[in-house]
Amino acid sequence: MDLSVINPILLLAALMSAATPILLAATGELVVERAGVLNLGVEGMMIVGAIAGFIVAVNTGSPAMGFIGAAAGGAILSLLFVFLTQVALANQVASGLGLTLFGLGLSALMGQSYVGVKPPRMGDLDLGPLSDIPVLGPILFSHDAMVYIGLLMVACVWATLKYTRAGLVLRAVGENHDAAHALGYKVKRIRALAILFGGACAGMGGAYISLIRVPQWTEGMTAGVGWIALALVVFASWKPWRVLLGAYLFGGITQLQLNLQGAGVAIPVEYLAMSPYIVTIIVLVTLSADKSRAPGSLGRIFHASH
Amino acid sequence: MTFTKLMATAALTLGLATGAFAQEKTKVGFVYVGPVGDGGWTYEHNQARLALEEEFGDQVETVFVESVAEGPDSERVMTQMALDGADLIFTTSFGYMDPTINVAAKFPDVKFEHATGYKRADNVSTYSARFYEGRAIQGHIAGSMTESNIIGYIGSFPIPEVIRGINSAYIHAKKVNPDVEFKIIWAYTWFDPAKEADAAKVLIEQGADVILQHTDSTAPQAAAQEAGDVITFGQASDMIQYAPMPRVSSIIDDWAPYYIARTKAVMDGTWTSTDTWDGIGPGMVGIGEISDAVPAEVKAEALAMKDAIASGEYHPFTGPLKKQDGSDWLAEGETADDGTLAGMNFYIEGLTGEIPQ
Repeated sequence: MDLSVINPILLLAALMSAATPILLAATGELVVERAGVLNLGVEGMMIVGAIAGFIVAVNTGSPAMGFIGAAAGGAILSLLFVFLTQVALANQVASGLGLTLFGLGLSALMGQSYVGVKPPRMGDLDLGPLSDIPVLGPILFSHDAMVYIGLLMVACVWATLKYTRAGLVLRAVGENHDAAHALGYKVKRIRALAILFGGACAGMGGAYISLIRVPQWTEGMTAGVGWIALALVVFASWKPWRVLLGAYLFGGITQLQLNLQGAGVAIPVEYLAMSPYIVTIIVLVTLSADKSRAPGSLGRIFHASH
Repeated sequence: MTFTKLMATAALTLGLATGAFAQEKTKVGFVYVGPVGDGGWTYEHNQARLALEEEFGDQVETVFVESVAEGPDSERVMTQMALDGADLIFTTSFGYMDPTINVAAKFPDVKFEHATGYKRADNVSTYSARFYEGRAIQGHIAGSMTESNIIGYIGSFPIPEVIRGINSAYIHAKKVNPDVEFKIIWAYTWFDPAKEADAAKVLIEQGADVILQHTDSTAPQAAAQEAGDVITFGQASDMIQYAPMPRVSSIIDDWAPYYIARTKAVMDGTWTSTDTWDGIGPGMVGIGEISDAVPAEVKAEALAMKDAIASGEYHPFTGPLKKQDGSDWLAEGETADDGTLAGMNFYIEGLTGEIPQ
């Protein structure tokens, strides 16, 4: 065992980038669920975003355009979910699962000619002297722009939900859609917008994997991250900062366990491999002892005549 | 109403049609652990499936299901295939072993072929390739080329097939470079590009300048390419798109001849339960072109080793070899028997760390 081979600065820096895909997808799903919609299609939207972003980035040569394309791709796929659940009033669980299966297939089709292609690189954001601060510089200020956009997104979602009228309306729709409807709010329109936002976030999360973390396109490359993001929203009791904490914990412990394995630490590998899941669940469940609960109308179908 | 009726009739006709054809066509099913576009393990199995269709044309019909989780889910998929009239089913991952045996017991008339396992029945054959022969060549190149003397190894699951590969690579790296050290990370997955890439990055951060992988995607190749001075080897498939650097060579699985022969046996009614374990010699294991990034003399040595293994003149597990705990395993000149290799659950002397149990 030789712990000195683990560089804590690199580890913490890797944590921030490893957590970003989950963070983006979970933040989007949080908004969707706060609006009272359960979209189990996160994995599908992520993988479609991953390939849509990849295609746009390769063809335009710009990773930034790629992320915009990924957001569009995820949002367009989520339109299908909007149609199924808000217009056709289909069951949300079944529609969400369908969306995931469809997304996996569609992305494989879209990606046929992109296997083995190298995407353009997204450089680290130039934060000038900040990056030169010892220790903190490499950990906090030497990442690509998406890491900061992810953090910004959490802050914006939190502030919007807590302090703005739009956030209040969205929460009202999620807590009791009949009451919100009686007050004259357009329940379906608000939910549709929330679902589109969730799709765009999931798409960007997927593109972070295909454009930055791996960077390449492989079928099914999100490999279940969408499901982890979904679970995270629940364990974080639908609160944005807890989503951030959960994503960083999960990403961080995943990185740490790989590092510990590499360093040959004498903890059985099975425990290391399950540690990200266990620790994240324990921490978030302990936090949610404050009687947090799910949005009242979560997963229920709304029809104006009922 | 008319539309539903039409669909129902169409479905019925289709059903009858397939029923009629099923008598003449041999139906072959494939269960894959990853997507056919993984660029590695499953990709090669699917290439062999396509070769099978090419070979027999109208006489065969193939079906496949990809990304099937190991465990109960695979049992459901196999049952469905058998119910749909498959005559022969290839289950292409180690974790399908017990499900294959269970389903085979329920369908005695259907033939099953399980890859890389060791449990057989009257209607279950096993087949595998001697990947460790290719690992010996990788180990030789890796040991010769590493400058940091640290070789990173991404393992999937601690099963004999993977452990054999680690041992074989280590023995041959150590032979040319006594200072070499292996860092092993178990990913506990066959296919998860993000995790594989992370594992590769961690190994590189910890000083490895060679990455060997026993997982199925090309993600570690991409990570190595990004890091610069790191070499890798294609796994299961050539992964030539990453040549000449970081991918300097590869192990290629060629299942096509086997799949064709076994399907032919089913057609002729000569199929029996067998255990096949072929290597470089019969062509089940191929060594991808060694790129120019490898020094000429190392390349020549590697090719000589390949020829010696192919002809049977050299066995990658030749004594004197000791187990990790220092106990004797093979005496001078003695070679390992297939039984021990098939169930290999120990490291060779010099490797550090424990095999997860």
